[in-house]
Amino acid sequence: MKGRSVPKQLLNRFAPYLLVIAAFAAVRAVQARVGLSSSFEGQLIPICCYIVMAVSLNLVVGISGELSLGHAGFMSVGAFSGVIAATALQSSISSGLVRLAVAMAVGALCAGVAGMIIGVPVLRLRGDYLAIVTLAFGEIIKNVINCLYIGYDSGGLHFSFKSEADLHLAEGGAAIIKGPMGATGVTKLSTFTVGFILVLIALFVVINMIHSRSGRAIMALRDNRIAAESVGIGATKYKLMAFVTSAVLSGSAGALYALNYSSVVAKKFDFNTSILILVFVVLGGMGNICGSVVAAAFLTILPELLRKLNLENLRMLVYAIVLILVMIATNNPILKGALNHLWERITRRTARAEKGEKVQ
Amino acid sequence: MSMPKREPTKLVPVPNPNIIPERDVDKSPILEARHLGIDFGGLTAVSDFNMAIGRTEIAGLIGPNGAGKTTVFNLLTKVYQPTRGSILMDGIDTAGKTTVQVNRMGIARTFQNIRLFSNLTVEENVKIGLHNYIKYGAVQGIFRLPGYWKEERIAGERTMELLSIFDMQDLARDKAGSLPYGVQRRLEIVRALATNPALLLLDEPAAGMNPSETAELMENIVKIRDTFQIAILLIEHDMNLVMGICEGIGVLNFGQVIAKGTPEEIQNNPEVIKAYLGSGKGE
Repeated sequence: MKGRSVPKQLLNRFAPYLLVIAAFAAVRAVQARVGLSSSFEGQLIPICCYIVMAVSLNLVVGISGELSLGHAGFMSVGAFSGVIAATALQSSISSGLVRLAVAMAVGALCAGVAGMIIGVPVLRLRGDYLAIVTLAFGEIIKNVINCLYIGYDSGGLHFSFKSEADLHLAEGGAAIIKGPMGATGVTKLSTFTVGFILVLIALFVVINMIHSRSGRAIMALRDNRIAAESVGIGATKYKLMAFVTSAVLSGSAGALYALNYSSVVAKKFDFNTSILILVFVVLGGMGNICGSVVAAAFLTILPELLRKLNLENLRMLVYAIVLILVMIATNNPILKGALNHLWERITRRTARAEKGEKVQ
Repeated sequence: MSMPKREPTKLVPVPNPNIIPERDVDKSPILEARHLGIDFGGLTAVSDFNMAIGRTEIAGLIGPNGAGKTTVFNLLTKVYQPTRGSILMDGIDTAGKTTVQVNRMGIARTFQNIRLFSNLTVEENVKIGLHNYIKYGAVQGIFRLPGYWKEERIAGERTMELLSIFDMQDLARDKAGSLPYGVQRRLEIVRALATNPALLLLDEPAAGMNPSETAELMENIVKIRDTFQIAILLIEHDMNLVMGICEGIGVLNFGQVIAKGTPEEIQNNPEVIKAYLGSGKGE
């Protein structure tokens, strides 16, 4: 094994964790000393959610190589099932933190089941066709939840597609999801620390998966499907594994997101949100986990920063221009070469330092 | 699957490579193709292809460009399903099996236009070949349970062992796509061997290699056959290689076998000469 490349590999693998932990520590330090503006404070949990969304979508788009345009759909499934779980368990679990954890687990489970149901037929398709079907899936989820009524009383959960009255709730029961109005009166449970932990879990799952037998099979299928099959790797199983894992992570992020607001509507998780997450992945670099984290955080803060500049109506225009400029800059071969060179130098120095320690 | 599991062949050098003990004791062929044929629309690409390969035979498949040689490989590995005929692998009919299943039955191959996992390292490429011999699941992999460490260590050792066939251990951490052409071809062979095949199909292994590299490759092909005790079927245009190491040769022209035999028989066969050089009467 060559001495130089081992630390580089390890550094590459642990860079996302270090980055996230450093960012968390920095935010906490600023919070304690100076205090954060309320607009930024309010962005902390969504940033965590979007990072998890970007990292999980990267597993499908970057690692598995399948374009999915309905990722917000899984977030939506996770969000509403999480809200239902949190509300229904209000009386039985008093601790908010435990309830949040249970809600996220339920969200993850439901999104995982949705991922399985969608994945089995859809992953037979390739390329553009897969993209179109996932797009349709996102829209279907949005529209179904948009006209879904769910209530909870002593008799359990009640479902209806007609109206709140049609739920026939018993005395003391309450509607949790009210069709187009969405879920209202949700108890805010999400905290930044839980968001931070969820990001770490997502990174742990995705990065460890990539560097294991299953991850190699997923990447082999991306790089060359015929060759992967010729060495005995079944396409369906591993494509589905990436898709479902991604859905599970999105579901828990969705639950965390929904429980950060007092009301959630299905329209929040529309095509635009799916595209926004895809933008994080593409901008951060396909298959680049660290890039997804940075892109998701940066692009979530950016509109808020621009709001402070008092640009009025030009805000979203500037956002778009920044997006284009970053895209051009990151695809510039000269700039890329310079960055790579810098990275090489840093890693070589660490390698040398490590070697030096061993000698002493 | 009902197939009996074969233990991976260990890399133990055979004392004298030219004398293989109890050579082909079991005389039944490892692979048998019977009246194999495939049509693409109205075009018959291969018709009435018959071939039997011994258990430790090095066999060659030659023919002019477009004769259907690679199509035969694609039929044997089920990239295409044959229109007619049958393929028996170790006596078992492979009808209706998929590429993945025939690989598990013991057929591995390389490709004419190299198909490596070019974004991954050499080591990862070989480990992907070992996929079905690494015994831990996704959950064990994600949570880094003891099974992961044990199996990865064994796979790592085996990878190095396999890479040593072509003296490629030093390249383990290089990206497969960044390797020189000849090395990529060798890596493809290593990856195919990692699947522990009983029959190795090599599609133009010497393409793009210079004479000294080709000579080395010839030695290595024989060495692979001797150490792993497997059958090898290769497609090649380099006649030195084919005539030098193949024990049986089939000649394909316009999708049909026009000659079969030993290198000497093939070299003197008028049909073969006609196919390669033309009949002289203008076609």
